[in-house]
Amino acid sequence: MANILLEMRHITKTFPGVKALDNVNFQVEEGEIHALVGENGAGKSTLMNVLSGIYPYGTYEGDIVYNGKVCKFNTIKDSEKLGIVIIHQELALVPEMTIGENMYLGNERGHRLAIDWNTTYSEADKYLKMVGLSESSKTQVKDIGTGKQQLVEIAKALAKQAKLLILDEPTSSLNEEDSRALLDLMLGFKKQGMTMIIISHKLNEVAYVADKITVVRDGATIETIDNHGTEPVSEERIIKGMVGREMTNRFPKRENVTIGDVMMEVDDWTVHHPLYPERKVVDNVSMYVRKGEVVGIYGLMGAGRTELAMSIFGHSYGVNITGKLKINGKEVHLKKSAADAIKHKIAYVTEDRKGNGLVLSQSIKVNTSLAHLDAVSSHTVIDGDKEYAVAEEYREKLKTKTPTVEQLVGNLSGGNQQKVLLAKWMFAEPDIMLLDEPTRGIDVGAKYEIYCIINDLAAAGKSVVMISSELPEVLGMSDRIYIMNEGRFVGEMKASEATQEKIMAVILQSGRGA
Amino acid sequence: MNENRMSVGAFFQKYTMVIALVAVVIFFAIATGGNSLMPGSINNLISQNGYVFVLAAGMLLCILTGGNIDLSVGSVVCFTAAVGCVMMASKINMWIAVLAMLAIGLLIGTFQGFWIAKLRVPAFIATLSGMYAFRGFSNVVLGGFRVDITNEQFLILFGGGRECYVPDFIRQWTGTTGKPNLTCLAIGAIAILVYVLMTVRKIMVQRKLNIHQSIPGQVITTVLISGVIGFIVWQLSNLRGFPTVLIWIALVLGIYQYITTKTAMGRHLYAVGGNEKATALSGVKTRNVYWFAYASMGLMAGLAGILTAARAKGIDPVYGEGYEMDAIASCFIGGASAYGGIGKVSGMIIGAVLMGVINQGMNMVGVDSNLQKVVKGLVLLGAVVFDVLSKRQKR
Repeated sequence: MANILLEMRHITKTFPGVKALDNVNFQVEEGEIHALVGENGAGKSTLMNVLSGIYPYGTYEGDIVYNGKVCKFNTIKDSEKLGIVIIHQELALVPEMTIGENMYLGNERGHRLAIDWNTTYSEADKYLKMVGLSESSKTQVKDIGTGKQQLVEIAKALAKQAKLLILDEPTSSLNEEDSRALLDLMLGFKKQGMTMIIISHKLNEVAYVADKITVVRDGATIETIDNHGTEPVSEERIIKGMVGREMTNRFPKRENVTIGDVMMEVDDWTVHHPLYPERKVVDNVSMYVRKGEVVGIYGLMGAGRTELAMSIFGHSYGVNITGKLKINGKEVHLKKSAADAIKHKIAYVTEDRKGNGLVLSQSIKVNTSLAHLDAVSSHTVIDGDKEYAVAEEYREKLKTKTPTVEQLVGNLSGGNQQKVLLAKWMFAEPDIMLLDEPTRGIDVGAKYEIYCIINDLAAAGKSVVMISSELPEVLGMSDRIYIMNEGRFVGEMKASEATQEKIMAVILQSGRGA
Repeated sequence: MNENRMSVGAFFQKYTMVIALVAVVIFFAIATGGNSLMPGSINNLISQNGYVFVLAAGMLLCILTGGNIDLSVGSVVCFTAAVGCVMMASKINMWIAVLAMLAIGLLIGTFQGFWIAKLRVPAFIATLSGMYAFRGFSNVVLGGFRVDITNEQFLILFGGGRECYVPDFIRQWTGTTGKPNLTCLAIGAIAILVYVLMTVRKIMVQRKLNIHQSIPGQVITTVLISGVIGFIVWQLSNLRGFPTVLIWIALVLGIYQYITTKTAMGRHLYAVGGNEKATALSGVKTRNVYWFAYASMGLMAGLAGILTAARAKGIDPVYGEGYEMDAIASCFIGGASAYGGIGKVSGMIIGAVLMGVINQGMNMVGVDSNLQKVVKGLVLLGAVVFDVLSKRQKR
């Protein structure tokens, strides 16, 4: 048996009113990749924050034993000194600074009054090579894509002499190709003796990369599954541990839906980048969606999916937009703003719920009515009672877990925030819903509930366009699938005929053809 | 019901500034041997701080949009007052002068709002330039000298001179004389009655909709606030009666309370401050929201100009300096977020009263005026630090 590098013993962490971690035991062997899975709010991140010293020694009970010694970390610096480095889900890079500057931010080479830039950049280049990046370390971070930024984060961690690398949802903003590359990089590091902990919602990736999988539920470690066998552990097996029951069907069936006439049609839609107007972000795209139909748009991150949806939604993105938009067969011009689009009964449910979707400092009630205040007010005066009743109605309908609709949205979990976002747009009473990554970063149980909501919308005769970079989701939920790559639509399939292999083949082909 | 019961800690956190205000009031009441609660002191407190309430109301909307402030306010107060005083000095009808002052304030606010909303000039810079420019214009209009107001009607209406109180209609009508001032008491009684009825209606609606809000808590709050109103009105009625300036203050506060809580525009102000992108994507024209905030600020600066001129019975080229800071401080002490999206009119009132009480208390005790500024600064810092700390604990 290999040497145990890290052991967390009887960790209990209490926040006012909640026990976030309850007597957690967690062991990591040297040289393994250990996955930590669990629903949102299960306590994974809290556990890692305890480990890295974000919650200092004394604010929790239990022991952290690292390399055979009990550790008492007071800050992140303390844990980093021992080689425990955490890479957070949200990228923490300064866009206006170079890769090298970012990598040594807070850890500057040379003297603090005289930074040694030569060492900085030459060392940075060395680590960039290790993660397989060909960019110079003098490139500004804003000029490289998210996939590469994630690699810079890893290089930054390596530069800190990491021995135990913790990756919190490293692939949540990456497309499948970049994700796979990242996972293979992790496997490469493992061969060189690095120990890693990965937190992820993407169970297929976990099964692919991890040696052991520890399931966390309700603040306790439920089980540790060995993944050394010849067959990778099945996703169903992991889910069973996460939700405490077997999920036989991850995608609810849609029943009694009749697909009607064409509701929205987009012809030759071209959108240019707002900062570099010569760049086409969406290139000559044509599509349609019928009443009661769920159309999936599958594409990798950066394929132009969000840009397509936002440009349709009242030209909220891009410049020099050309093409025709028809609703119910009639051409419409939504040039002015999102308000125009809402008037024409289009809703855009953003992928970025915290940045573009919700007002976190306001209540569920306020967020629910925001896009359709007219409906609860007369002559611009809000009827508070009516507004409350509406928020209450949607809370029940979507099963949002909250004591009251006066709760601030910022205090909700990701899945419940997503439900509030959906409630807001359902209340706007659209005929066409553009859903952009509707299940990003939320747990399995909440995902299922969101899928049910999507089915209900279709059953009510709405037209749903669902953008997603998760293939199983697109295949499981859509009636018809468009495949998007590098700004263009490169394929269209009926869901009944589509498979993961076919779709990936289309994308690969289009990439070569271009 | 349990989840609605607040812990002692949460109670203190929510009502810190109220508790601080009560403590300060008690402290000065003791330090001045009760003088600070006498009718004269209360009357002075209201008259001296009229402009603060008016400006802070306008400022609150600007701060809500994202911590934006309006630095030009003090200069605009002086400029509108200067124009009005010069007009009245040249025998132009008082009402025309009043309308002109309000219109000029509104115009200036709209002008500055244009740069901020449409061209995205940072509010700090747009209003800093306004601060310089309108101070200069004031000097030009006044020719560098003080201009006095002789129009008695103007003074009475807007809180200047000895007679700026609501006449005691009731005693005139019944043919009696003496104190207390019955009209003043009647106004207070009506105010309390309206307030109590509103609370009753609120509680009834809550019960109908099954909103669990602590009813004893609301009743206690209502009784306490009614008590404070009653006390103030009683004291005033034993002096000269209801000061006219209080009418304007109450009107402004009432309107702003209504705007922030009941109207779509108010909602949009909070939403823009909380998350501008999300608000824009919800179909709200965010530029108009900024524009509204600054236009309203300008209008309030105009009204504050009127009140300032009336109280001083004229205008000096240096009047209004630092007024913007009083307004900003009131909002922040009252719990408005420096990042926008959070803040209430009720909080702002507490903030303004707290500043006023500390000012007046220190004057009465005889604290050196330089030291007074130090204390004011520390109070502002303390309030905001407390706010930041209490929010950090929540996480």
